[in-house]
Amino acid sequence: MISAILVMALGAIVLGAALGYAAVKFRVEGDPLVEKIDAILPQTQCGQCGFPGCKPYAEAIAKGEAEINQCPPGGEEGIRKLADLLGREVKELSAEHGIEKPKAVAFIDEQICIGCTLCIQACPVDAIIGAAKQMHTIVADQCTGCELCLPPCPVNCISMEPLPESVETWKWKYPVFAIKPATKEVA
Amino acid sequence: MSMLHRLFNFHGGVKPAYNKEASTQQPIAVSPAPTFLVIPLHQSIGGTPRPLVQAGDKVLKGQRIGEADGNVSSAVHASTSGTVTAVEMRLMPHTSGLPALCVVIEPDGRDEWITRTPFDYRNATPTQTRDYLRDAGVVGLGGAVFPSHLKLNPGKSGKLDTLVINGAECEPFITCDDVLMRERAEATVKGIAIMREMLAAGRVLVGIEDNKPEAIAAMEKAVAGEKDMAVIVVPTRYPAGGAKQLIRVLTGIEVPHGKRSTDYGVQCFNVGTAYAIYEAIALGQPLVSRIVTVAGNVEKARNYEVLFGTPMADLIALCDAKPDTDRLIMGGPMMGVRMPADSVPVVKATNCVLVGSPILFPPPPPEMPCIRCGECAKACPADLQPFELYWFSRAKIFGKAQEYNLFDCIECGCCAYVCPSHIPLVDYYRFAKSEIWAREKEKEAADEARVRYEFRLFREEREKEEKAARLAAKTAAGREKAAAALASVDQPTTTPEEDAKKALIAAALERAKAQKADAAPQNTEQLTSEQQAEIAAIEARRAEIREMAKPHLPPDN
Amino acid sequence: MTSYLFVILGAVLVNNVVFVRILGLCPFMGVSKKLETAIGMGAATTFVLTMACGASYVIDSWLLIPNQLEYLRTLSFIVTIAAIVQLTELVIQKTSPVLHQVLGIYLPLITTNCAVLGVPLLNVGLRHNLVESLLFGFGSAAGFTLALVLFAGIRERLEGADIPMHFRGTAIAMITAGIMSLAFMGFAGLDKYK
Repeated sequence: MISAILVMALGAIVLGAALGYAAVKFRVEGDPLVEKIDAILPQTQCGQCGFPGCKPYAEAIAKGEAEINQCPPGGEEGIRKLADLLGREVKELSAEHGIEKPKAVAFIDEQICIGCTLCIQACPVDAIIGAAKQMHTIVADQCTGCELCLPPCPVNCISMEPLPESVETWKWKYPVFAIKPATKEVA
Repeated sequence: MSMLHRLFNFHGGVKPAYNKEASTQQPIAVSPAPTFLVIPLHQSIGGTPRPLVQAGDKVLKGQRIGEADGNVSSAVHASTSGTVTAVEMRLMPHTSGLPALCVVIEPDGRDEWITRTPFDYRNATPTQTRDYLRDAGVVGLGGAVFPSHLKLNPGKSGKLDTLVINGAECEPFITCDDVLMRERAEATVKGIAIMREMLAAGRVLVGIEDNKPEAIAAMEKAVAGEKDMAVIVVPTRYPAGGAKQLIRVLTGIEVPHGKRSTDYGVQCFNVGTAYAIYEAIALGQPLVSRIVTVAGNVEKARNYEVLFGTPMADLIALCDAKPDTDRLIMGGPMMGVRMPADSVPVVKATNCVLVGSPILFPPPPPEMPCIRCGECAKACPADLQPFELYWFSRAKIFGKAQEYNLFDCIECGCCAYVCPSHIPLVDYYRFAKSEIWAREKEKEAADEARVRYEFRLFREEREKEEKAARLAAKTAAGREKAAAALASVDQPTTTPEEDAKKALIAAALERAKAQKADAAPQNTEQLTSEQQAEIAAIEARRAEIREMAKPHLPPDN
Repeated sequence: MTSYLFVILGAVLVNNVVFVRILGLCPFMGVSKKLETAIGMGAATTFVLTMACGASYVIDSWLLIPNQLEYLRTLSFIVTIAAIVQLTELVIQKTSPVLHQVLGIYLPLITTNCAVLGVPLLNVGLRHNLVESLLFGFGSAAGFTLALVLFAGIRERLEGADIPMHFRGTAIAMITAGIMSLAFMGFAGLDKYK
């Protein structure tokens, strides 16, 4: 009996010491995983995920506090990539956080704009140019389509314009063959 | 010149029927200028040229109408003299059926050239020559339309071992290079000589497939006087005209994945490009036309010298398309792409307008499952595993497709040609490639957005700090001033803190007083009697309004 | 020398932990979706299992048997394995955070991976010496890794396959595992040439 206790106690002391040493030796500073997750997110900084930007959402995912299906701009493809990275199941985009929309850019109707600068302050990527009492305009190339400029506008002069397909952005379609309707036999 | 040259072999390939006889029976004809020329601005790989003209402008033949956008781009010129009627979106010769910016010119019938001055490339720096060629709109005319000036650069070593000139023209039906070599061999060789000088290339090998004896004879005659320049007859096998394949056949060099042929001292150009360079440099003519084969379902197949911007409909009208024509294909039957309409213009990439009919190109049999027979791998000239690429492209697992080197696929169509299950393999590869490109673009945009967002956060933080610093400085200055004022008064009964506070309050009161003084009406003295009367009237009106408003106001507490 | 070879070969192929002994199925199904993670899991398990086999042999023959404490085997083995797993986890978290995240819950679960406890217990039962114990542990783990990697390779390809609706996901994985198990049963014939 005594020997049993002694043996187990000895084992506990040796293993405990080894683990204690390892915990000090292999301490991890920071979380490099966040960077990897952040690289997958679309960087619209739109906050639709419920976090104040892409980086905080990435941090939440890394900590396991957020699901991977809360990013509508990233869409199905983004969820798939996150699932791949993290070895989690691919899920449907969570409906409460929004739906996947075709990429659009904000457009300011310059006839209506009163130059209040509220949208400039809202834009997370500084893609709106303008000054107080001057007409504002969007730098379309830099607009991420986050829609954050829509709510602050007092005169509702901003609208989202879907990007039209051009010869440069056109993509070959998935090869699908149209099934021809059966020709009716005429009696 | 029967020099013995050792030939090598490339893997795979197929031997489809040539179908080249019909269009080589007659010499090149000049296609007349149409009623309207529609010249797309984007005709080469790289940036879209910026338009230099607007509606109403008169242009001369060869006048620049589109300026190269950056160095990876190529200029565009008016193909004939006339009036610009519009710069607008028009249907492009592109499978998508989407419009792009085009310059529409109404020819005046005079076909009047700009002043053409030959370019003295021997007394120009290489950069000047390359810029000249960029502004002359010279691009690769084999079909890839890569700006030639970018390829005419020998690189760091300053010289090249071998310049390969591609006259193989391996795709069925297409004969534009064949007739060019037959009829304009001298000029083409002059162009080759210019390129050789620019590249400081040791030897020149002109590869021509053995099914073009007339072109071989003409080119051999033309190169006879040139040193280290030889016409090499290569066996006819599709795609011997692919750049990497021809380099392999002629030199034995296999350009590996991720490398360029120049890394191995070889550069490859099409014969049509050589001729265009001759015209641009020796004649001072920018690229405004090219030879186009019209073949397929037509009564009179032939090669035409066509002005860029000529609608394909005008071109096939010259050849009498048969009544059952149902499609136009730009390029050949293996790599060509179907045109959305016959109104699309001929562009620099148009080597052939193939007229199709359901009989000539019957609809493909239904696609059957892949049985992994490996025929496609045997046929692939790029040594890829097409069945694996298909497997992953079809399942949209693009990462894996890239691991199997999807981007080394030259889309030659050999795999689909031999597939016993009739799978349109190339369509799957094109789909996968464009999806991957789109994703890369999205990724780039996201990275840029991240940088901008992080800068914004940094800027906001910095502004906050600056504001705080300004405020602190102001407060400190105020305190100092107040303390100095107090020190002169000298009241020992209070602590220094209380002094400072008191001083602050005093200073604030002082400021408030000053402000009040500022705000007080200043022009109340020395008024004329009229002005005083006016003021009195205004005051009376105010009092009246106050009286009127009283019942509506809440009672005073 | 040949006996050592037989210990390894027997553990890797003939008595494959997963396919023949049917041990360690939890990580086998759970971490076999991607080749990369399968290799990582295989490597981690190999390390843990080899160490566990050696350590448990030492504990068994130096501590438990001399003190007639064989009844403490399961308990003391589990404690040892848990400590080794903890150690491995710390090391992986430091050296490869992505692998750590990907292995996720399966890494601490190596502790309760029945293969990791089963193999040392089997090992004690087989009365191996220390070298044989280490080889047996390593061989079993290599067999586990082999099974995991082969299976992950197949599953990666299956992702692109046209599987009938109701067989997608775990169903087809189970069927595949069954067929692979049948194939591994074929190695039993190797015995005859001993």
